[in-house]
Amino acid sequence: MIRSEILREIAPILRDHLVICNIGIPSQELHAIDDQPSNFYMLGTMGLASSIGLGLALAQPKPVIVIDGDGSVLTNLGTLPTIANNPADNYILMIIDNGSYGSTGDQPTYTSGKTSLAGMARAAGCDRVVECSGEETGPVLQEALDSGQMTVIVVRCDSGNAKMPVITLDPVVIRDRFMKAVRA
Amino acid sequence: MPPDLTIDQKIAGDLIANDVSFVTTVPCKQLAGVIAEIDRRPEIRHVPANKEDEGMGLCAGAWMGGQRAAIIMQNTALGVTLNTLATLIQFYRMPLPMLISYRGELREPVACQVEMALHTKALLAQLHIPTYHFHTQADAAELDTILKYSFMCNKPVAVLTDASFWGGYGDQ
Ligand SMILES: Cc1ncc(C[n+]2csc(CCOP(=O)(O)OP(=O)(O)O)c2C)c(N)n1
Ligand SMILES: [Mg+2]
Repeated sequence: MIRSEILREIAPILRDHLVICNIGIPSQELHAIDDQPSNFYMLGTMGLASSIGLGLALAQPKPVIVIDGDGSVLTNLGTLPTIANNPADNYILMIIDNGSYGSTGDQPTYTSGKTSLAGMARAAGCDRVVECSGEETGPVLQEALDSGQMTVIVVRCDSGNAKMPVITLDPVVIRDRFMKAVRA
Repeated sequence: MPPDLTIDQKIAGDLIANDVSFVTTVPCKQLAGVIAEIDRRPEIRHVPANKEDEGMGLCAGAWMGGQRAAIIMQNTALGVTLNTLATLIQFYRMPLPMLISYRGELREPVACQVEMALHTKALLAQLHIPTYHFHTQADAAELDTILKYSFMCNKPVAVLTDASFWGGYGDQ
């Protein structure tokens, strides 16, 4: 199962929540599958989805789902200790771990080798870390929401991208409608 | 500033007076006092970051969540934040007061610190980030206005605080 198939399956869950979505093809796919004002699309700044989501979760009470990537978490590894030590029970970090830099042509990341992001999240002190397959993502995500506890989900899936258009929304529009969804 | 207020108390007080309730930091020796003061203030949630660009991500999220946010950092980190400033803070038009220790200026005892000091103002100017240089403690009178300015125009602002501002390094 590839990222776009996972996003299509969990779109009915995502659409009711604040979502911070990773740079590149993940945001393009989510935007094409189910654009919502409650989606914050990252158009740049590789690595910071988890940090933006944590700040958002700490600042307000609604659940926040971050759709991140293995490459992006690896480039901002300092995020895991910060998440672990500043618990926000409305925070879900869902890492789509396709073992590659998907957006740039599926170059392998070290999670396709010896590195386990779930292990790193646990070592960082994250209490609730769940690993699952692409097929299991929907129920695992729903369970994390129902648990009311900060959860890191590492979805192990295949590398591959759906062909979707570039997002042409103005960033200030994305941000403004997102902030209205936060306040709604 | 009332004479009985330390500079650290004045800075924390201005942040609170401007509704800043979320602060992220990566320490500098010169910032130790203000960071400790922020930890004493229940009005401010302090989330230490491991890297300054990560901290800016936290601030962006907190601000979108309805809390005014600020970062406290050393100027040597400016380089690692350039992409974040351009593609997140400025591109999405977000406010971000940056209280920056300006290491490598006059009275600096560590030669290596001078290297990034040489680039600090040039990088900020290149990014068109409004920059204020606090050299004496009287300069801090403007902090309140600088904070208001950042939140008025939704832009990052840099406040560079040099060694003279902080009273040197003890023996220098
Ligand atoms: C600082 C920086 N370096 C590199 C890139 C190029 N880049 C954009 S997306 C991406 C891959 C991200 O990989 P991952 O987080 O695993 O997401 P995936 O596309 O695999 O879902 C890369 C390397 C970038 N945008 N910014
Ligand atoms: Mg990937």
